[in-house]
Amino acid sequence: MQSLRAAILGGALHQEQRPWPRTVVGLEGWQQAAQSLRSGAWALLGLWGEPGLAHMAVIEGETNECAVLSLACEANRFPSLGHPPAIRLERAMRDLVGLVPEGLDDARAWLDHGKWGLCHPLGQARHALAAPHAYAFLPAEGESLHQIPVGPVHAGIIEPGHFRFTANGETIVRLEERLGYAHKGTQSLMAGASIERAAALAGRVSGDSTVSFALAFALAVEAALAVDVPPRAVWLRALLAELERLANHFGDIGAICNDAAFAMMHAQCGLLREQVLRTAQACFGHRLMMDRVIPGGMQCDLPGDGERLLLELVALVRRHFPELVELYDNTASLKDRTVGTGILSPALAQQFAAGGYIGRASGRRFDARRTPGYAPYDRLQFEIPVVQAGDVNARVWIRIREVEQSLALIEEILPQLPPGSIRAAHAAHSAAAAREGVALTEGFRGDILAWVRIGADGNVERCHLRDPSWFQWPLLEAVIEGNIVADFPLCNKSFNCSYSGHDL
Amino acid sequence: MRRLLLKNFVHGPLTEVAPAIDDAAVAELASRVQQTARKRLGRTLAIREVDAGSCNGCELEIHALSNVLYDLERFGLRFVASPRHADVLLVTGPVTHNMREALERTYRATPDPKWVVAVGDCARDGGMFAGSYACVGPVSAVVPVDLHIPGCPPSPLALLKGLLALLESVSAGMTQVRTEQEEGP
Repeated sequence: MQSLRAAILGGALHQEQRPWPRTVVGLEGWQQAAQSLRSGAWALLGLWGEPGLAHMAVIEGETNECAVLSLACEANRFPSLGHPPAIRLERAMRDLVGLVPEGLDDARAWLDHGKWGLCHPLGQARHALAAPHAYAFLPAEGESLHQIPVGPVHAGIIEPGHFRFTANGETIVRLEERLGYAHKGTQSLMAGASIERAAALAGRVSGDSTVSFALAFALAVEAALAVDVPPRAVWLRALLAELERLANHFGDIGAICNDAAFAMMHAQCGLLREQVLRTAQACFGHRLMMDRVIPGGMQCDLPGDGERLLLELVALVRRHFPELVELYDNTASLKDRTVGTGILSPALAQQFAAGGYIGRASGRRFDARRTPGYAPYDRLQFEIPVVQAGDVNARVWIRIREVEQSLALIEEILPQLPPGSIRAAHAAHSAAAAREGVALTEGFRGDILAWVRIGADGNVERCHLRDPSWFQWPLLEAVIEGNIVADFPLCNKSFNCSYSGHDL
Repeated sequence: MRRLLLKNFVHGPLTEVAPAIDDAAVAELASRVQQTARKRLGRTLAIREVDAGSCNGCELEIHALSNVLYDLERFGLRFVASPRHADVLLVTGPVTHNMREALERTYRATPDPKWVVAVGDCARDGGMFAGSYACVGPVSAVVPVDLHIPGCPPSPLALLKGLLALLESVSAGMTQVRTEQEEGP
């Protein structure tokens, strides 16, 4: 088995990417990399393409070293990785760029529903007659099986997606997802856009993770252009990220309990979530904190009474949250629904490199704040909660523990906030060649990958953003098997994958 | 649990005072709400939310309307699970081509009289996604829209003001219709 270092040195190193190396490998190097992924020595962080080039971002388990490996695709073909987590990404590459993954069994389109009027919008785009076709769901055959189609318009206030259940009585024997309904062509809009506009688009890939996406994009741009971000902005960003984590975790904990018909937790957690959003509005001028993190720093500073407001919020949560945790833990009828439901095995979590509470509830100790890590988390004390059980209950507990960690982080950050400016001028960008940057940030849902190439004109030439949901959606199909239909909302909410983030 | 319930009972509701009705929304609605439609509705509207490809930001704030501080249901406004039960479609997003048919079918499944409220900047004109190969653009290009609530995303208060304006226009018209009938021969 080759090490990642050897793979990097074995290829033609591309000098302009920071902070991880990008290396152009040959066919053999690509296939060896695929083998390293399949064996579990490396984990897949992303897989995307552009005309004539396929890229994969990987992390080596042993050394935590990250890199991007690229392959020149002759006749727009590349060997499929033969790695289950890559299947949907490869299908998306075929739809968007026109790169054909050779050896991939699944010939169906993924994001392209035949309704755009064109093919390969990110590659050599060409007009195509709108030809919506019936999607061939995978067959499930047997006596007394029936199908339940759900979506894309759901009963609740949620994003659009289609679920095709095959059930035997109440028991689900197969779930197949069909996504792509929220595909907005974001990456295509980013190509050629100014850095400012592209940053705003990055902040709208998934509204609930707007801070983390904007941060990932900003870090990638800053790496590409070697911008020094003022320390105050670096620390403020962490404050926003932890507020976003808090708001989402409160929303999720309440909503999971609500899907088990325990409305009281929903009401109580909804109240805490609202308090976080109001504090965000008071401190940063936007409830979801959109467009606050910008390449080069921050769009706004913490106001004079900001520290007091944040500490009051922490105190309020500390006062009320413990009794809600106790309520959750001591309500037998609620635990009866969450314990043992929707179990994700540690092996699958590992294979798919599932991030966030999904991975950490199934024994995968990975948090982008620590590995590969970014400032200011390298100077902050926090724990990464991990449990092994992998059921809905475990995913609730990881969120509970992360709420506690985020509260402590806010308290830790505030007294250390450095003084000074909050924005760096973009480094004068006079290089004749394009520059590339890459970043991995930890959103509330898991690790977000951003890769960007800034052209010689200072605009974004190409950008790829990978939501954590890409590696989590397929696992939902796996965990639901053998559960009853009525437990699907519970499992789905405990995953809370993003539709918009995935569909892009 | 008993302790929490008791505490909530003693403290009374946390729900906040209703906001003033949005004048701009009233103006937009003035010509839209038809007299005939008003007769059939009381002071209550059932809302079906349709995400036509939003980033989820609008959904988060629409969700917030149901929390204890905004408590949408006190106004007779409530979210329902099916367009068949709905009077109002609340549509978000720049209407992706992949969602267009679903939106059209949801509209057709909603019984008359019905209103469409386009929520957020994307639903108004495609917002930041205008011009994309994957988006139709404004909701009004797909189904007739009666009211726009702008914002990225609109705050729960902005949403509440807009929806209250809709409710007022509907029920004010109704009383007017009734008075006319009473004064008739």
